[in-house]
Amino acid sequence: MKSRFAPDRGLTSRMLVTIFLLGLLYVVFTAALIVLIKSAVLAIVIAGGVLFAQYWFSDRIALYAMHGRIVTPEQAPELHGVIDRLCALADMPKPAVAIADVDVPNAFATGRSPNKAVVCATTGLMRRLEVEELEGVLAHELSHVAHRDVAVMTVASFLGVLAGLITRFGLYAGFYGGFGDNRDGDDEGDNTALVLMAVVAVSAVVYALSFMLTRALSRYRELSADRSGAMLTGRPSALASALTKVSGDIARIPTRDLRQAEAFNAFFFAPALAPGFSLTSLFATHPPLDRRLEQLAGLSRELGQQV
Amino acid sequence: MGFLDTMLGRTKPAAPNLDQLFGLPAAAVTLQTSTRFEPTGVGSVCFKAAEGGAFTGLREQVEQLLALDEGKYSEQSDSYGFTWLVRTTTPDDLDGLVTDLHAVNSSLVDAGFGAALLCTLIAFTDGAQRLGLVYLYKRGSWYPFVPNGPERRDTAIELQIKSALEQDLHLENDLARWFPLYDAPGL
Repeated sequence: MKSRFAPDRGLTSRMLVTIFLLGLLYVVFTAALIVLIKSAVLAIVIAGGVLFAQYWFSDRIALYAMHGRIVTPEQAPELHGVIDRLCALADMPKPAVAIADVDVPNAFATGRSPNKAVVCATTGLMRRLEVEELEGVLAHELSHVAHRDVAVMTVASFLGVLAGLITRFGLYAGFYGGFGDNRDGDDEGDNTALVLMAVVAVSAVVYALSFMLTRALSRYRELSADRSGAMLTGRPSALASALTKVSGDIARIPTRDLRQAEAFNAFFFAPALAPGFSLTSLFATHPPLDRRLEQLAGLSRELGQQV
Repeated sequence: MGFLDTMLGRTKPAAPNLDQLFGLPAAAVTLQTSTRFEPTGVGSVCFKAAEGGAFTGLREQVEQLLALDEGKYSEQSDSYGFTWLVRTTTPDDLDGLVTDLHAVNSSLVDAGFGAALLCTLIAFTDGAQRLGLVYLYKRGSWYPFVPNGPERRDTAIELQIKSALEQDLHLENDLARWFPLYDAPGL
């Protein structure tokens, strides 16, 4: 079909490079593990199990943590109406719709597949935004669902979680088992301690790298969701306006709600950061506001070009 | 969506299917004999107007198209920010109505705004109740919508109409996609 939007090859290639680097890191790490210790099976099984549970129950976990409740069309006709129309435009199954009674203006989407997805908006968001802007935000969230971002980010962060666990186990074993605790004086114990330290060091490096890479991937996927959302509604400016409103508001909201919300930043529309806490752009889950507004302005210009 | 598109976070806008629209006149005959619902001669196209000069220019073209032959039409927007072009003809001219609506659709698609098409609605009435046959462009399927007071719909009659029309139209099987259009202009 003819579309008015040119494909964004830059964004695509940056995301490809990030995914490639994550994969490469994974291969190197696995190889190092196989060389260094013979039985990493247990750690992998545990980490895999935890992550799989997180992935499988992602809809329920996020809703429970955010105090979101599923609402029927009778309870929230406007929110359902907007989502109905967006799903019909995008030809995707309608997700469950939830509302969280929180004054932080935000929205998130979760669930392992488009068929098991939940889109949740906070009451603070619905109170502050016009219908057009709300529509833009919900289109962004529906794009996360269509791109299967929960699955992609879970797979991408698997390595990081695993490496973090090994670092922690290793340090624990080191402190309590004692590094170099070889009173017998035999070489066997010395070697074990050395191997242990090497594993901890490698894991720590891997963890740091994969942390940065998954954050980068998360930022690219936010930009993708912005782009697809704006293409769906045909109103990039409404989404840009919602972003400005929500980001401006975030600095002024109570800290308690914010701390509660922080663990779920990765799935949020705009990240909630406690005041006074500044992250370098390297570790942010979301791209800076300027970058997002710039992309939306570009889409808006494409729409302005005459047929 | 393909695996690569998922990996790269790209969505291809869903393309509209305009062909099933022409099945309507035949279905209207069946509807009249089996239920007593008759066309009112009103039909509408609902789309999401994109921002920017290109869409505004296109809209003017479409309006000129509809104004040909002194056609009666009106333009309204609903509370969700969607635009409705409502076309009024005589109740027995369903063929002409469908052709006019198709002309609107194809000019939007040709200009690259096919993704903006939401639905087409053809209004029917049996004297007491109103019925809208809604065409979902992206699915290429129809569903009946019978409003029954503010924010209420008569699901029993809708299902009855579904079984009556199953032979004539491609009806939407996923009931979750039968979304209500309470304030639809022309209904």
